[in-house]
Amino acid sequence: MALLRLIGRRLALAVPGLLGVVVVTFLLNRALPGDPAAFFAGPAATRQAVEEVRARLGLNRSLPEQFLSYVRDLARGDLGASLTTGQPVVQDLVARLPASLELTLAGLLLAMAVALPLGVAAATRPDSWIDHASRVITTAGVSLPIFFTGLLLVYVFYFLLGWAPAPLGRLDAFSIAPSPVTGFLVLDALIARDVTVAWAAVKHLALPAITLGLFAMAPIARMTRASMLGVLSSDFIRTARASGLAPSTVLVTYAFRNAMLPVVTLLGMVLSFLLGANVLVEKVFAWPGIGSYALEALIASDYAPVQGFVLMMATLYVFLNLALDIIYGLADPRVRIEA
Amino acid sequence: MSRVVALLSLSVLVLVGAAAPARAQGRSETLIVVVESGPNSMDIHGVGANRPAYQASWNLYDRLMTYGAKTLGDGTRMYDYNVLKPELAESWAIAPDGMSVTFKLRRDARFHDGTPVTARDVKWSFDRAVTVGGFPTFQMKAGSLEKPEQFEVVDDFTFRAKFLRKDKMTMPDLAVVVPAVFNAELAKKHATANDPWAMEWLKSNDAGSGAFRLESWKPGQETIYTRFDEWKPGPLPKLKRVIVREVPSAGNRRALLERGDADISFDLPPKDFSEMAKTGKVAVVSHPVENAFAYVGMNVKYPPFSTLKVRQAVAYAVPYEGVFSTAVFGRGVLLAGNPIASLTAGHDLFPAPYKTDIAKAKALMAESGYPNGFETTLSFDQGFATINEPMAVLVQESLAHIGIKTTIEKIPGSNWRNMLLKKEMPLFLNAFGGWLNYPEYFFFWNFHSQNAVFNTSSYQNPEMDRLIEAARFETDPKKYRELVRAFAKIEIVDVPRVPVFQPLLDVAMQKNVKGYQYWFHRQLDYRQLSKE
Repeated sequence: MALLRLIGRRLALAVPGLLGVVVVTFLLNRALPGDPAAFFAGPAATRQAVEEVRARLGLNRSLPEQFLSYVRDLARGDLGASLTTGQPVVQDLVARLPASLELTLAGLLLAMAVALPLGVAAATRPDSWIDHASRVITTAGVSLPIFFTGLLLVYVFYFLLGWAPAPLGRLDAFSIAPSPVTGFLVLDALIARDVTVAWAAVKHLALPAITLGLFAMAPIARMTRASMLGVLSSDFIRTARASGLAPSTVLVTYAFRNAMLPVVTLLGMVLSFLLGANVLVEKVFAWPGIGSYALEALIASDYAPVQGFVLMMATLYVFLNLALDIIYGLADPRVRIEA
Repeated sequence: MSRVVALLSLSVLVLVGAAAPARAQGRSETLIVVVESGPNSMDIHGVGANRPAYQASWNLYDRLMTYGAKTLGDGTRMYDYNVLKPELAESWAIAPDGMSVTFKLRRDARFHDGTPVTARDVKWSFDRAVTVGGFPTFQMKAGSLEKPEQFEVVDDFTFRAKFLRKDKMTMPDLAVVVPAVFNAELAKKHATANDPWAMEWLKSNDAGSGAFRLESWKPGQETIYTRFDEWKPGPLPKLKRVIVREVPSAGNRRALLERGDADISFDLPPKDFSEMAKTGKVAVVSHPVENAFAYVGMNVKYPPFSTLKVRQAVAYAVPYEGVFSTAVFGRGVLLAGNPIASLTAGHDLFPAPYKTDIAKAKALMAESGYPNGFETTLSFDQGFATINEPMAVLVQESLAHIGIKTTIEKIPGSNWRNMLLKKEMPLFLNAFGGWLNYPEYFFFWNFHSQNAVFNTSSYQNPEMDRLIEAARFETDPKKYRELVRAFAKIEIVDVPRVPVFQPLLDVAMQKNVKGYQYWFHRQLDYRQLSKE
């Protein structure tokens, strides 16, 4: 019950934020220097042709008028049509969101799988070789620009060694994609019991996920280390040790669970951050996600997809934060009591 | 035990042996094209249909006529704009008074849904092209095809187009991408009161009779075409399937080609083409882009570039050789002031009228009324920064020698056309190419007083207009050449823009890909390609 109330309150709080996002994206888009009418009228357009296109796009009307019709469409779930792909924005986003989510989650899981143990190990043995190694790896991961890591990985593992498949998106041209259930290709292929395609999807996912993971590792490992260090030097751990509990019990049951609280908060931030960082990775690996979609639209000053993208991201963040709050409550009973 | 192992390995061998040729065969009849960005419409008449949409339309649809082909000196093939060949039309005849053309259609041509192609489909398609506005209407107009009343169905397989005036561009204009023939009955089923021309449906669906049909289209990702086996207007294409994948990173497109995972691509920077041509792993075929050049433009409407001597000084200060070797790695034809590109009539009239001569430029500046020079901005389209950026830096450096201090302004690609339409940039880099390969066509868009968007300098001169219009309708070759000479000369002397080089259209492909030919639309014709 308390949980439901928390969810309800959280959702209610999100409404003004989302309204703000609608207004701001609308205005920001119009403030961009590009002129979509001139862009889409084609290279050979006369001034008159440009005006015709402008009228057809409804861009000759006043800003409040444009805003009203935008909100009206939005209420009907119509985000407009993209001029770059020629499709309704909703359709494009729905088709592309799973690709981005699959990549982002894979990257995050990979980063967690490496960074959490690394952070714990570094905290239990501060200033040892493993602590220094962790510092070097994480610093390198975060300081290399993400597109550079991506291109480097492609160069080494695809071009030179030939281990990785061609950076051609989620599957090679000759594999047949499984019928969509979750939208995550690897899962869908497993549901369809097609191990070959699942394996192909994993192979295609590997390099982009590693690229993202390398980037996300640093904050997770550093935060785990710092948090573990703090907890390990606290009174209750000292008491636990003094009471003769096994070192593994102390470390896992008492220290790790308590140290995870700030890390969970951070994971949420890292995830939202990765959704943004996706743009460059998607560009390098021809990954058909929403990041590259929004970027292309922005270059063409194609308003509708950009607005749709920002709105969707904002909604995603709201739900992400909600999920985090719930997880946080599970990890720390005090939060539940307060709610 | 050993027998089991032997049996197992044998069956594995059989399996592998069976699988490999099947896959190899599929691969040899499938072409994988990698592009930077794909089509935004399957309909060439659609609002804002982009350049990749030309390729989609060209392969999905047929036209009444197409162009012949010729072999150039270096053994490469290009279309021949002097030769029109039958496609959906079997034959045609111009009326004795020269005021109409009658086409006899092939009786065996079928749309992808199996229905025959008739004169009614042709009329519907042409009516649509001249009615919907925007690019298709404009392109039809270039051939004096302006009103639905011009198009007449004589019988099921006879179609007539009446002329408004005698225009030598009318017939060639009927073989470009725009006058594609749509399946009218199919399209009408998807038309609505608000959308009588089925623009919405045709945007993402195929209603053509072309040699390839649309298998699937994921906008922004991939387009797949399969061969239409009932295609009759020419020999059946050798390729059975064409997969066009969008790969946004240029480095990856090159890696894919060099690793053999992609077959063909246009979209690489000149530096990559130049290196790939040298290493020889893949074949690189290059053609000068017809009727096109990159130039340094000046706005003649506002000072200081309204002063003739300032413009001439700039023409002597542009570092032609430097730009040509550094910005495009020599991949093009150096024009050095010649306003007529190679492969276009009249190119030989004024070979390289300008050369870099800083002393002369300084002298002109001294006489111009700006002896101490001035400050201005040099703008370019960031969307083509790979070429524009080094070119801008070189021009900036050279102009500094004659006292013109420039600040470089990079304009985002989305805003470039808007800036061109405004015509306020004083000094800028740009390029233009005309679809139809006539010098007067180029001059009409670029230097005529109608002040089209491409007349980026706002250049207006009644004498220039007269010569351009006279050339368009001149039939005597000798007089025509004189007219071309006269208008080219005016451009060279008045120099509202300084032509620098004519770019190349490069394409990189696997060595087993055969049949590539240059087209005016600069896209692939899948019918001609094959893999050995």
